[in-house]
Amino acid sequence: MNVLLTVSELRKHFPLKKDLFGRGGGTVHAVDGISFDVAEGETLGVVGESGCGKSTMARLLVRLIEPDEGMIRLEGRAVGTQMPLTEARGKMQMVFQDSFASLNPRLTIEDSIAFGPIVHGLPRAQARERARSLLARVGLAPLRFAGRYPHELSGGQRQRVNIARALALRPKIVILDEAVSALDKSIEAQVLNLLLDLKAEFGLTYVFISHDLNVVRYMSDRVMVMYLGKIAEAGPAESVFGNPRHPYTRALFSAMPSMDPDRRTQQPPLIGDPPNPIDPPPGCRFKGRCAHAEDVCGRGDIALTSAGAEHRVACLMTQPGCGHSSAPAKAA
Amino acid sequence: MFVYLLRRLAYVLPIGLAVSAICFSLVFLAPGDPLSAVMPADASLELIEKLKADYGFDKPIPVQFGKWVARAVQGDLGISLATGRPVNSELARAISNTFVLAFFACSFGFTLGLAFGFIAGYWNGTWVDKVVTSLAVAGVSVPHYWLGMVLVIIFSVFFNWLPAMGMGSGGSSEWAWDWEHLQFVILPAITLAMIPTAIITRTVRALVADILSREFVTALIAKGLSDRDVFWHVVKNAAPTALAVMGIQLGYLLGGSILVETVFSWPGTGFLLSVAIFQRDLPLLQGTILFLALFFVFLNLLVDMVQTLLDPRIRRT
Amino acid sequence: MKDAPYGATAIDLQAAPAAPTQGYWSAVLSRLLRDKVTVVCALVILALILMAVFAPWIAPEDPLKGSVMKRLKPIGSEGYPLGSDELGRDMLSRLIFGARLSLVMGITPVLCALGIGSLLGITAGFHGGRVNTVIMRTIDVFYAFPSVLLAVAISGALGAGITNAILSLTIVFIPPIARVAESVTTQVRALDYVEAARASGAGNFTIIRVHILGNVMGPVFIYATSLLSVCMILAAGLSFLGLGTKPPLPEWGLMLNTLRTAIFQNPWVAALPGLMIFLVSFCFNLLSDGVRSAMDVTR
Repeated sequence: MNVLLTVSELRKHFPLKKDLFGRGGGTVHAVDGISFDVAEGETLGVVGESGCGKSTMARLLVRLIEPDEGMIRLEGRAVGTQMPLTEARGKMQMVFQDSFASLNPRLTIEDSIAFGPIVHGLPRAQARERARSLLARVGLAPLRFAGRYPHELSGGQRQRVNIARALALRPKIVILDEAVSALDKSIEAQVLNLLLDLKAEFGLTYVFISHDLNVVRYMSDRVMVMYLGKIAEAGPAESVFGNPRHPYTRALFSAMPSMDPDRRTQQPPLIGDPPNPIDPPPGCRFKGRCAHAEDVCGRGDIALTSAGAEHRVACLMTQPGCGHSSAPAKAA
Repeated sequence: MFVYLLRRLAYVLPIGLAVSAICFSLVFLAPGDPLSAVMPADASLELIEKLKADYGFDKPIPVQFGKWVARAVQGDLGISLATGRPVNSELARAISNTFVLAFFACSFGFTLGLAFGFIAGYWNGTWVDKVVTSLAVAGVSVPHYWLGMVLVIIFSVFFNWLPAMGMGSGGSSEWAWDWEHLQFVILPAITLAMIPTAIITRTVRALVADILSREFVTALIAKGLSDRDVFWHVVKNAAPTALAVMGIQLGYLLGGSILVETVFSWPGTGFLLSVAIFQRDLPLLQGTILFLALFFVFLNLLVDMVQTLLDPRIRRT
Repeated sequence: MKDAPYGATAIDLQAAPAAPTQGYWSAVLSRLLRDKVTVVCALVILALILMAVFAPWIAPEDPLKGSVMKRLKPIGSEGYPLGSDELGRDMLSRLIFGARLSLVMGITPVLCALGIGSLLGITAGFHGGRVNTVIMRTIDVFYAFPSVLLAVAISGALGAGITNAILSLTIVFIPPIARVAESVTTQVRALDYVEAARASGAGNFTIIRVHILGNVMGPVFIYATSLLSVCMILAAGLSFLGLGTKPPLPEWGLMLNTLRTAIFQNPWVAALPGLMIFLVSFCFNLLSDGVRSAMDVTR
């Protein structure tokens, strides 16, 4: 499988404004040097708690925000320099979480879907045609829905419209930022199945961002776990879900309630306070909540190292000879 | 924190300078010779030139501006062309007169506004509320200069209870806090109080209605809180915003209302400004506008600071 | 779960309403028509506008023709149903003709400020950053001053006259409108559909035209209508001070000024022009409140 998207050392910091009296201030390290690949035709799941940088990363990918550092390569060409932005925009589209805020309340949904193609030069009549056929494809009969306004649709229907809009430009990659998180469970299931069908039919590649671990496990081929702007663990879905190596990943997965009533949660798996992304201290970001943290974890950046077939972890406990008491001895 | 306060204060300086530059040049935009107020109509050319040199009008504008600023910083705002007295003393007197008027207007306005607003908010939705709200809307729609005239018609022309204009027989220099002088301030104060009353009524009404409608108040009443305690609870919650609004209104009134002061010939800053405009009294005009401009820029800074302090969303480090 | 046909969307289809709902504007209109107070005010203003337009045919006398013998006649005198002013001119005719200038001076500045202010505000709100700071800080300086003071200062500098007064009032009203426009634009711009439009590769002008304008102008327009009553009062106030209309033209504010000295002789005639200003301002206020309610709830 060839690599479609390559992200290297992506970084984005947001400085906070101080008010009239000098209160506030500091810098939010939203995305702090992440690198990963996405192969053609696969679904990369991205999980993490609120504030870990998933949404910022999504916006960086579609260039809604400019990165401070780092490079994004699409089909081998650097976006912005070797590949002009308009071309990249045609190849990478995004579906947002809030289905209502994603649609202009004053445009019919047909016009909303046709907007992208028209901007890219398609004549209006053809754009409308394409919009209507996409509406049919996502399960909304064009004759009944094309002329409707967003407030006349249900949440699930609106999200289908958003998917149709994302597909209107015939992209190669679709980034789904919590796309099903706001839907009722039954509707969510229908939309997820729709996504899988569309992926097979159009040969799409997905980056599926969610905080819902079950959904990510269902949808993804590979998974990436983010924490406070950095990647904690990444690898094939079954490998990461079946054998999580990073303490954070382990805690996250064990927090999932089990369907077996005999297995009860004894104690909260994660101790400490939720993370504050403003001016984080050096070293491992998870140090404050990790049961295995030691002094060596607070020094320097923790790199992603291999812990098995394509399974990478950013934890000193898997790095031989790093100084952590649980780390394996250095290979001879 | 004080560094930022200083920085905001430092913004005032260039703004003040820019505004005064605009004020200064405004008068040169206008048609007509600046000196036409003092010059006799058939003045000879030499006289015109001499007057120009005396007042410094023959130098280029930037130079005039520079000299004016230099003097202003030292507290000298020039001599009024019309009266020959220093602009400073004219201004000082006008400011104190406006202060007297604003004091009374605010006393009326705040009391009435708070009372009406509270009543309307407490009984919101009922006919009491509708009546008060309509009155408030009417209050904002009334041209206050007309209201002044109507009050004069009623109380001076018909009943002859109160004087129609001015500040008393001794003029503004002999102000005293007795009935003989106070009777002059009543009508202007009531007229001036009308707009703050309307605004405060609307604000307080909205505040009270909102606080009362919040669920925790229902919970408190269910717990057996007496009416009086609910009253104090509402007051405590409404106080910050209400005080802020009242402060802003006081500020505006202290700046002087041209229209009301003109109707009643009350010699305050507003009246001084209109006199300066019509008599084309340049130094007076520039000095008055400069004072008013700086006053309002400071007022806004104050308001900004108060609102920032009151805003609970700002993180306190 | 994976095998369920997504034709299960048949459930979704059945949940949808059978017929498309009412269009946006007709819903606003029907709401408006049900609000009696607003309808009455709208009719009053319409009547006054018509009165102004057809003044030459309605007014009984020439508003400029005075008679020294017939000065300050009381209301109800023969031939002078609303009395005569200090130069003997018929008050009824002057009030009718006065509507022309007063309404023009009260409405035009708000219209002009709406155009210019929206342009500035939308530009500042859309671009953010430096552009926003420059535009909005400049506007804030003007916003710091009370409208009356600003209007008088600018008019005082420019001199009396109708166009100068309109210009001065336009400048006074640009800052508040620009602030509202900037605030709404900033909110709209942060919404996902604008981001989606940018992700589609649309240029700034297209985004503003298609997505921003339609959603911003509603609230801005409502705010502007609330300024109409203030503008009426200020415009007449400028003329009252002598900075607006010049005599002998009939205009309500100017009439208040010239009749002021006559209050001891004929107070009611002197008060009439102010009553007209109050009436129009009051109606504009209630009308704008009604429009705001109608447009708010439908959204």
